[in-house]
Amino acid sequence: MSARENILARIAQARNPRVEVDVDNEIRRHARGPIPPLEKDLVKRFCEQAARLASDVVSVATTSDVPGLVARYLNERRLPLKAVCWPSMASLDWRAAGIEVEPRAARGDDLVGITGTFLGIAETGTLMLLSGPTTPATVSLLPETHVAVVEKQQIVATMEDAWDRLRAEHRVLPRAVNFVSGPSRTADIEQTVTLGAHGPYRVLIIVVDGQVSGQ
Amino acid sequence: MQVTAMHFKRKAAENLHNEKLQRALERLQSKFVDSRAAANAELPNFEEIRNAAAEIRRKVTENLDRYLLRFEQEATARGAVVHWAETPDDANRIVADIARQYGLRKAVKSKSMVSEECALNDHLASEGVEVLETDLGEYILQLAKEPPSHIVAPVVHKSKEDISDLFEKKHHRTRTTQIAELCREAREILRPGFLAAELGISGGNFIIAETGSVLIVTNEGNGRLTTTLPRVHVAITGIEKVVPTLEDVTTLLRLLPRAATGQSITNYVSVLTGTKGQKETDGAERFHIILLDNGRSRLLGTELQPMLRCIRCGACMNHCPVYQNVGGHAYGWVYPGPMGSVLTPAFVGLANALDLPHASTFCGECAVVCPVKIPLPDLMRHLRTRQMEQRLRPWTERAALGVWSWMARRPAVYAVGARIIARLLQLLAGDKKRLRYLIGVSGWTKGRDLPAPAGRTFRDLYKSGKSS
Repeated sequence: MSARENILARIAQARNPRVEVDVDNEIRRHARGPIPPLEKDLVKRFCEQAARLASDVVSVATTSDVPGLVARYLNERRLPLKAVCWPSMASLDWRAAGIEVEPRAARGDDLVGITGTFLGIAETGTLMLLSGPTTPATVSLLPETHVAVVEKQQIVATMEDAWDRLRAEHRVLPRAVNFVSGPSRTADIEQTVTLGAHGPYRVLIIVVDGQVSGQ
Repeated sequence: MQVTAMHFKRKAAENLHNEKLQRALERLQSKFVDSRAAANAELPNFEEIRNAAAEIRRKVTENLDRYLLRFEQEATARGAVVHWAETPDDANRIVADIARQYGLRKAVKSKSMVSEECALNDHLASEGVEVLETDLGEYILQLAKEPPSHIVAPVVHKSKEDISDLFEKKHHRTRTTQIAELCREAREILRPGFLAAELGISGGNFIIAETGSVLIVTNEGNGRLTTTLPRVHVAITGIEKVVPTLEDVTTLLRLLPRAATGQSITNYVSVLTGTKGQKETDGAERFHIILLDNGRSRLLGTELQPMLRCIRCGACMNHCPVYQNVGGHAYGWVYPGPMGSVLTPAFVGLANALDLPHASTFCGECAVVCPVKIPLPDLMRHLRTRQMEQRLRPWTERAALGVWSWMARRPAVYAVGARIIARLLQLLAGDKKRLRYLIGVSGWTKGRDLPAPAGRTFRDLYKSGKSS
């Protein structure tokens, strides 16, 4: 007998015959558990929580304001005006702001990575990023600075809401769903929190007021 | 990993006198205990969420095969290969075969306690596959050739000076004792390793039956790098880690980081499903998932079944007065603290871990803080009973307990016996009313005096109180 058969046989043998659950039906229902109460203003909650987890959070009126803001942010920190970005973000006018962007997956020596966001989650101030041909996962991971653009209407209350949106818009899960909550960190040495472990040292979240840009 | 749990008493005694370790363990209170309490206080419905989490995990252990089969079906449909391993040797062989199949020689690994169960690194080294640990704590331990002493904070026993010495010796760079600089140094050393790696090995905090996904929580980002850059990803995890749906795992995620480190969420939560798509420019091309049993299925249907609910947060050890004083290495295997005192005997055999079920004051704090409500003291008590039944305790202990139990079942004899013993102890103690040594409990009196009984027995006092 194979390991698989042995393990499954042992589990089946120990099973209480009176307990029988229709697993497929239960999964199809995917019932929610208890959810902590949240304030009404989800954008405010998202920004506060993201800032608490050490992201830099800035609001702008329209997406056309984004490149200029990114240029200022990089200049203030003496970071290069050179970035790798999601191909889905390449259409913004980066050149006008003086930023040289390459739309592709990131390499080990890229210093700035610019991404969009699938959704923002207000409960924890978290970015939800989906991997894909125009949204490579490495852009939010390898560079020391990660810039993420999220539009106001992309902010949902909880991860449960995010799963519902994902199920509605995508037939299956992408290879990687990455939830990002601030710069990478470690507390392994003397339990002292240090920002910038293997991923970004800093995360800039730009919240775009969608109503203005949608005019 | 080699089991040295039978030396618990000796190692615990050594560690109690290790001043450096004692200073390191003092950090547990402020860094873990206090921050967990603060993080949970932010959830007004914490207890409701905790009940739901315990129920999810209980339900899974009752129907484990159903969820595993659904997981296997979904994962396979998305292009992952699911392997089943009965023993650590099986798991090691599977990983080595994968490395050979694709011709992989360089591996990076993110923290995995299941791979510690298997001593996977040693096995892969013997097969010519070089494994680089990438979690900062695990990397430090790989350099120091030491096992982890905590499942969440593996180098909690080391000071920054220890780590400075180690880095200076191994990296040949200028010595620094600044924690931020030490972290930067490790990043710079490890980054080329990530970029060169052909094989990424990770654990799995949860596997999701609904979608066939492996979920990994990390703070450093090494888990993401390990599972994104190398062309082959192998995730190795225990069969009990399955949860039904994305909603269920979300409930558990509200508790796991809070219980572990007092975070509302870890920096990264990655849900990995299937392999790289045709047009994708990054991500692993091959995804293998190893489900390890190693004694887990044998706990089903026994009193120890609730232990399979464990989500490896480490709260029980952080709050345990025994762990807080003796540290993780004393427990002698992968899992320390109360959860280890149950898991180690269950996985490596009761006879090989005689002292662990006794490494508890039964204060009950571990059960109070457990996010999935595992009755840890009850499980340790059950293991003590099994030890007596299997005659695994020393004959003196069994004889003493035999006498006590015989007396306890005969109230009249017990009353007379207690009176005699109380008088005897008073006589022996004399004027000082303290005993510096008592035959039979010399282990106890070695560290402290035994106060002699002050007068009449409790039962005598109780009787006189009632009649008056």
